[in-house]
Amino acid sequence: MPEGSYVHIEGLKRYFDVSAPWLVRKLERRPRQIVQAVDGIDIEIAKGETFSLVGESGCGKSTVARLVVGLYPPTDGRIEFDGNNMATRRKQGAHSTLRRRMQMIFQDPFASLNPRWRVFDIIAEPIRAFGLSKDKADLEKQVGDLLEQVKLTPADGRKYPHEFSGGQRQRISIARALASQPEFLVCDEPTSALDVSVQAQILNLMMDLQRRLKLTYLFISHNLAVVYHISTRVGVMYLGRLVEQAPTDTLFRRPKHPYTRMLLDTIPDLDMTGRQRAPVAGEVPSPLNPPSGCSFHPRCPFANERCKVERPKALPIEGGTVACHGIEEGRIPIEDRSYTARG
Amino acid sequence: MATNNPPLLEVRNLRVEFPTRRGTLLAVDDVSFDIAPGEVLGVVGESGAGKSLTGNAIIGLLEPPGRIAAGEIRLEGKRIDNLPYEEMRKIRGARIGAIFQDPLTSLNPLYSVSHQLVETIQTHLPLSASAARARALELLKEVGIPGAEERIDHYPHQFSGGMRQRVVIALALCAGPRLIVADEPTTALDVSIQAQIIALLKKLCREHGTAVMLVTHDMGVIAETADRVAVMYAGRIVEVGPVRDVIKHAQHPYTKGLMGSIPSLGVRTERLTQIDGSMPRLTAIPKGCAFNPRCTARGERCLVERPDLMPAGASRAACWLHDARGVGAPVPLARETVNA
Ligand SMILES: Nc1ncnc2c1ncn2[C@@H]1O[C@H](COP(=O)(O)OP(=O)(O)OP(=O)(O)O)[C@@H](O)[C@H]1O
Ligand SMILES: Nc1ncnc2c1ncn2[C@@H]1O[C@H](COP(=O)(O)OP(=O)(O)O)[C@@H](O)[C@H]1O
Ligand code: SF4
Ligand code: SF4
Ligand SMILES: [Mg+2]
Ligand SMILES: [Mg+2]
Repeated sequence: MPEGSYVHIEGLKRYFDVSAPWLVRKLERRPRQIVQAVDGIDIEIAKGETFSLVGESGCGKSTVARLVVGLYPPTDGRIEFDGNNMATRRKQGAHSTLRRRMQMIFQDPFASLNPRWRVFDIIAEPIRAFGLSKDKADLEKQVGDLLEQVKLTPADGRKYPHEFSGGQRQRISIARALASQPEFLVCDEPTSALDVSVQAQILNLMMDLQRRLKLTYLFISHNLAVVYHISTRVGVMYLGRLVEQAPTDTLFRRPKHPYTRMLLDTIPDLDMTGRQRAPVAGEVPSPLNPPSGCSFHPRCPFANERCKVERPKALPIEGGTVACHGIEEGRIPIEDRSYTARG
Repeated sequence: MATNNPPLLEVRNLRVEFPTRRGTLLAVDDVSFDIAPGEVLGVVGESGAGKSLTGNAIIGLLEPPGRIAAGEIRLEGKRIDNLPYEEMRKIRGARIGAIFQDPLTSLNPLYSVSHQLVETIQTHLPLSASAARARALELLKEVGIPGAEERIDHYPHQFSGGMRQRVVIALALCAGPRLIVADEPTTALDVSIQAQIIALLKKLCREHGTAVMLVTHDMGVIAETADRVAVMYAGRIVEVGPVRDVIKHAQHPYTKGLMGSIPSLGVRTERLTQIDGSMPRLTAIPKGCAFNPRCTARGERCLVERPDLMPAGASRAACWLHDARGVGAPVPLARETVNA
């Protein structure tokens, strides 16, 4: 594990078998169908940074998130957290201390809170489960402090989730995630279900908490402008693979992979400069039978014969990595993009 | 963009109410606007502001007990808000097309796309089955379904999300409507596909003079598509004006806050601009200006008198800052403003 790496992910794979039941398959002579949701991903996250994953729907972002916090076992590959191999630790039963140190926040603040529990009990549950409070008074104090951390009040603990707005419920999920005093938070589209004005409140809160509590984030979003604001580094996924990763400024200023460039071209232009969004050619192919070689080749303007047969490897470039034959061969020019500031 | 033509759609003083056990909820309060032929009016505002109810009132699909309590809606000069259900149903297919957020609500999973298109076409146009099928194919090509000939007989589940939304747009276009009411048509789609759907809607306005009421909370979509924008807050329009002006020179404090809270590329800040607090519930709309508990510019007048839309820059805004008498003596915000 390289120096400075806090979360180390290597060759991570997760396949899902989505075949019809055996009998149906035999009767209708259908083959087995395997979705390669995550197909060999390497990520390093340093302590205190925010690493974001972006990509179109179905590219495997949430699957990576679930693998990292241990909600799915990987099909292959390894995940190390602060020097601990998660798979080995699971076998040794030393898993729960590690679980305490990493928590997950989900997209849907409605589905992720138990509607029959009071907010107090929702937030107290991880504290109780990990035995983190001395007595009842201490528990009450901890829950009250957590509610204040997320800009709610201790009195809100007596209410039920349905009494809160979407943004307030997401605050409750954040308080719950913080209850076990984690160091590492995996956030899967935490603001996608919220209005922009509420999103700004939640993103500000997350950035404040990160500074105050020295948290490390794995952040997942399909909103590139949000990612631009909160990330230290960004990884771009396409059909289960990481096609490019780089420090945030580099990625947005000097994108290299043709898919990254295409994604950046789809960001709507609020400056009204008259720039048209490039209408993107084609859609994400089915992950059931991803294209051969570079899976982006059917949509790529730079594709050649090699791209159709050989899967490109992630190679280091300008502080990041890019998996693209065209970049490796130097036949795709890398240029600075300029963004006009707004207002 | 033909703003000098007489309006295609006129909405005047629209009020939508929900009678409940605990009294009547006023969800849309005195909303007025026009849409010209070929024009795209964007309607923005946060969840619960009344955007969808306004759209549903226009297409005659308010779900009971919701009802239009006051006001008039006219399409090409003719009132449509008081028509019997059957008559409105005909107008809905023929002259007004509807597109919703989830394409699956508009498609029947049990029938092939060709079946659904042909049926809708024949309901509104006097065409034979084969002529209707030819028109269906033409529409699918127009909305950009690749390989339309092979795909026309497929079922909705065999299409991707973006493709399904195109099929829904094709369905909405069957009878050549004058107005399309699109409620969050791209919200469920990826940005890459969003851009394609937006380009398609714009092409329709340009080539067929169709007017569009585009409801969304995505300012990016509005910036690229709309000619004018109406911003809704707590059931009312708080600002309306040309898209450039509303985005670059917002006049209402709520619009300013909304614009500021959108993360944009190029400027990275420690914090995003945020509007503290949250939109009031319908049961607790504050007196005076409904935005006053969150407004840093508020004055004494804002707490008692409700502003209507008034000229403000190139737009119109419902805010006393634009009135000659102003907001009155400043009233600082209460400290315990609850966060959304
Ligand atoms: N439990 C599962 N069983 C079968 N297939 C799955 C399962 N979970 C995910 N998949 C498939 O794996 C692929 C990646 O899914 P994932 O949820 O990780 O995508 P995502 O990038 O998070 O997309 P979105 O932006 O829509 O949330 C998809 O094709 C999905 O259908
Ligand atoms: N059936 C209903 N009964 C009571 N209130 C409703 C009903 N439908 C909508 N509302 C309320 O009307 C307001 C506006 O709703 P809507 O038009 O759907 O908002 P949006 O701007 O998000 O589209 C919201 O406060 C909503 O809760
Ligand atoms: S490897 Fe080839 S097809 Fe893939 S992105 Fe690079 S140039 Fe395009
Ligand atoms: S009327 Fe007063 S409270 Fe309302 S937006 Fe204007 S300044 Fe703010
Ligand atoms: Mg996901
Ligand atoms: Mg709505």
